[in-house]
Amino acid sequence: MSAASKRRAPEAPEGVARLLAGVRTDGRAVSAGEHFRLYGQLPASGRELASELRSSGLRGRGGGAFPVADKLAAVAGQDRRPVIVVNATEGEPASSKDRALARLVPHLVLDGAVAAASALGARRVIVATAEHRGAGERRTLAAAVKERHEKIEWQIASIADGFVAGEETALVNALNGNAGKPSVKPPYPFERGVGGAPTLVQNAETLAHVALIARFGSSWFRSLGTEKEPGTALVTVSGAVARPGVYEVELGTRISELVLQAGGVTEPLSASLVGGYFGGWTRDPNHQLTAAAGLGAGVIVAFPATACGVRESARVARFLAGESAGQCGPCVHGLDALASGLEQVARAQGRDHRDQLERWAAQVAARGACRHPDGVSRFVLSTLAVFADEFALHLRKGRCSGRDRAVLPTAKLV
Amino acid sequence: MKRLRVDPIECDGHGLCAELFPEWVELDDWGYPIIDARPIPASLERHARKAVKECPKLALRLANTNQR
Repeated sequence: MSAASKRRAPEAPEGVARLLAGVRTDGRAVSAGEHFRLYGQLPASGRELASELRSSGLRGRGGGAFPVADKLAAVAGQDRRPVIVVNATEGEPASSKDRALARLVPHLVLDGAVAAASALGARRVIVATAEHRGAGERRTLAAAVKERHEKIEWQIASIADGFVAGEETALVNALNGNAGKPSVKPPYPFERGVGGAPTLVQNAETLAHVALIARFGSSWFRSLGTEKEPGTALVTVSGAVARPGVYEVELGTRISELVLQAGGVTEPLSASLVGGYFGGWTRDPNHQLTAAAGLGAGVIVAFPATACGVRESARVARFLAGESAGQCGPCVHGLDALASGLEQVARAQGRDHRDQLERWAAQVAARGACRHPDGVSRFVLSTLAVFADEFALHLRKGRCSGRDRAVLPTAKLV
Repeated sequence: MKRLRVDPIECDGHGLCAELFPEWVELDDWGYPIIDARPIPASLERHARKAVKECPKLALRLANTNQR
């Protein structure tokens, strides 16, 4: 290699591995030196970022799929100096992609925050991790921050674990020293967030994409993915696959293609859970992975045919009811009723009350301070629809062809 | 035109709103209000204001239709 080509700025990643292009095979974090050799430096000015994000079409990857350019503009429109919050709390038990990024390529995540800070004139960046689940990542991030040279006041924060802990207002409340529970909007964090300042809360993966769009531009970003949902996404694959883990795929990839990447199935599947516990079930192996089709925060669970969709869904519904922040009546009572209803079907107790479950599920949506009840509603309605035959069998015979076998993770988030 | 909004954290499910403004508010199986999201016609706004005023938790408000 000539001296001239050594000095040339590195080129954009060509393949589907963009965020994961530099991941080390030994599982250790990519150092600052390795990171900047691979991707080059961030542009010196943040002036272009807003328009590049606009044309990139990047949407948030924490599950909400909100246009990133809109959120940035909302924060930019306020008159106080904003704060950036990197949301790496990842409360969804079936997701591990944000922690994988923080652990393996921390500088890509930090870069995204630096780019956003530069575009917004922010000086303070808080990286929020879950107290127990994110302990290892917190150490990696703290070490990575020491390698940075920007004029930024970094803070690595530890937030009590919980399914709703990463909801924007819950996160801001926790960072402000209050209980980490959602509050009613408005005010939104972009208006009044950490310490009362306008606050940009972005998911860790979202910021990693921002880091690359800042360098390589929106056209490059759009060269993969679909017209409406450009780019790649990280997906956490678990269940009956040979190599469960975090994969980077083009948006629009089919479930069957992703499952092949994950080493193929280890046994026949009855369905796949798309989008985690705020998502839904599908039996279609050609289902395309897009936010519009329920990808959520990027979760696929390959559900084996020998497991029982009714009992597993009842277990998840009970877990989700327990993860309610306990503030809003429809969530507290409705989610408990939905979980109890599914449990009764699973145990073949009582009459067929699927109509009532559907009515309750429809009723709890959009009636909380946050979207927790909406997500559970979607999950329960999808369970009732996709496992309709299994429900009928349970009601008639007290069981279906599946065994009681835990596939969906519901570890109590302490 | 106005819409009726409830603060779901403040609301304790007293149910007074459904008594005062049944045209726009029904109660779910646990006694919490399900509010019609449509704009309230001027002819009914009086009832809406009464419900807002009488809520024991002050959890109801009238919002302009262009507000979030």
